[in-house]
Amino acid sequence: MNSVNRYIVNFFAGLRSLLVGMRTTLRVFFRKKTTERYPENRKELVMFDRFRGELVLLHDSENRHKCIACGICEVNCPNSTIRLTSEMVTDEAGKKKKVLIEYSYDHGSCLFCQLCARTCPQRALDFVPTFEHAVFTREKLVHKLNREGSTLAPKPVAENLTV
Amino acid sequence: MFDFSVITQWIDQLLRGVMPDAAALVVECVLIGLALLLGYAVIALALIYVERKVCAWFQCRLGPNRVGPFGLLQSVADMIKMLIKEIIEIKHVDRFLFGLAPYIVIIASVAAFSCLPFAKGLQVLDFNVGIFFLVAVSSIGIVGILLAGWASNNKYSLIGAMRSGAQMISYELSIGLSILTMVVLSGTLQITELVEGQADGWFLFKGHLPALIAFVVYLVAGTAETNRGPFDLPEADSELTAGYHTEYSGMHFGFFYLAEYLNMFIVAGVAATLFLGGWMPLHVPGWEGFNEVMDYIPSLLWFLGKVGVMIFVIMWFKWTFPRLRIDQLLRLEWKYLLPINLLNLLLMVVVVVYKLHF
Repeated sequence: MNSVNRYIVNFFAGLRSLLVGMRTTLRVFFRKKTTERYPENRKELVMFDRFRGELVLLHDSENRHKCIACGICEVNCPNSTIRLTSEMVTDEAGKKKKVLIEYSYDHGSCLFCQLCARTCPQRALDFVPTFEHAVFTREKLVHKLNREGSTLAPKPVAENLTV
Repeated sequence: MFDFSVITQWIDQLLRGVMPDAAALVVECVLIGLALLLGYAVIALALIYVERKVCAWFQCRLGPNRVGPFGLLQSVADMIKMLIKEIIEIKHVDRFLFGLAPYIVIIASVAAFSCLPFAKGLQVLDFNVGIFFLVAVSSIGIVGILLAGWASNNKYSLIGAMRSGAQMISYELSIGLSILTMVVLSGTLQITELVEGQADGWFLFKGHLPALIAFVVYLVAGTAETNRGPFDLPEADSELTAGYHTEYSGMHFGFFYLAEYLNMFIVAGVAATLFLGGWMPLHVPGWEGFNEVMDYIPSLLWFLGKVGVMIFVIMWFKWTFPRLRIDQLLRLEWKYLLPINLLNLLLMVVVVVYKLHF
């Protein structure tokens, strides 16, 4: 009797689970499709925020960046993607200071691990969600991230106080 | 309701008018053969497109959308590709059987296809044991699959073919018994009479409970019979690469591919004929106005619409359920479907004898 009971119970339990599965798939069937029709919608296509397209050095409206050329990003990069060129400058107060000349970033060998942006003490780096990066030669993938004529942004007063 | 036999008889008269009877018969046979093959190919292409679209929608994708509007020409492009592809000569195969197998599969499928009642008066084969003939002829396909697996001289192919043999022979029982259940209700084996018998209500409603059980069992067994997921063990892409048609290429593979889709159409067509009234419009006894309106829809559309719904259900099965293991597959048939089917047949006999149906 026990086995007969089990047979019948199993049968209806199985049937029920099959129907639940079919209900689920039917819901998915009428769900909004996620496919992007890419070349047609390139005007309105927006990548999601966390997408790591390429590294940028953030610049404000007055063409100022926050990089102090400390080289932490360069050291942290697993693929040696980042090359910093800097020089020592003595300011009016007689203080020696490192100044960024060129921030070179090889997009082709970047791992998109975000170690550079995360370890930056100045939060000067970020990844932007751009995605059309195809070029014809590898040389074109090496970008200079600091813009022409950009300068170091002065530290805000509030930050000065905390340090 | 428009009767297609008007057209066929007109063609018959025309041919007999210009040539002797024997020649007219030959010409008619050729014409019918051409029409069948054309219909077969067109339906297969449409089904491949529908399958890809439905599959995509179940996975939140769009499916083919590049070739032609909405990707409508995708399967035509695929067909052209398939036709011009090389048929690769495989070493160590049994050349004759290897070449023969796809033709057996496709012939069985076309023969079963020709039994379907597409519309009023539009049916190629119709005689007093029609549905029996359909079941018999559609099982010939298994010979082709076994031959393909054996002649390929490849263990994956052979395993696929053997599984296919075990599966189809088992599920043939369920198909046969559920068809038998409906034959008990209708009292005929002839396909036109089966359809005519549903003029005042489809068998699914007339036979209520036993018909419903037979319908569900038929759908499950029919899906298994077409070797489609969740019963696609003979192909089992992940275990056997492609099962019995691993070694086939070009149009020989195309034949297996076409036959798979057309078998799905045939299974859906038989389900529509036996349970949903074939080309018969939806008639509710007593609602004269409603019945008249339904009669205005052409019978061909009724049939194709019902088949379309059944095909959607079969595809829905495929994209919902995971593949069964061979022991689970056989257990489902021998421990569940077969006993249920036998009891259901008994129930249907009781219902018919005591006139409990509508």
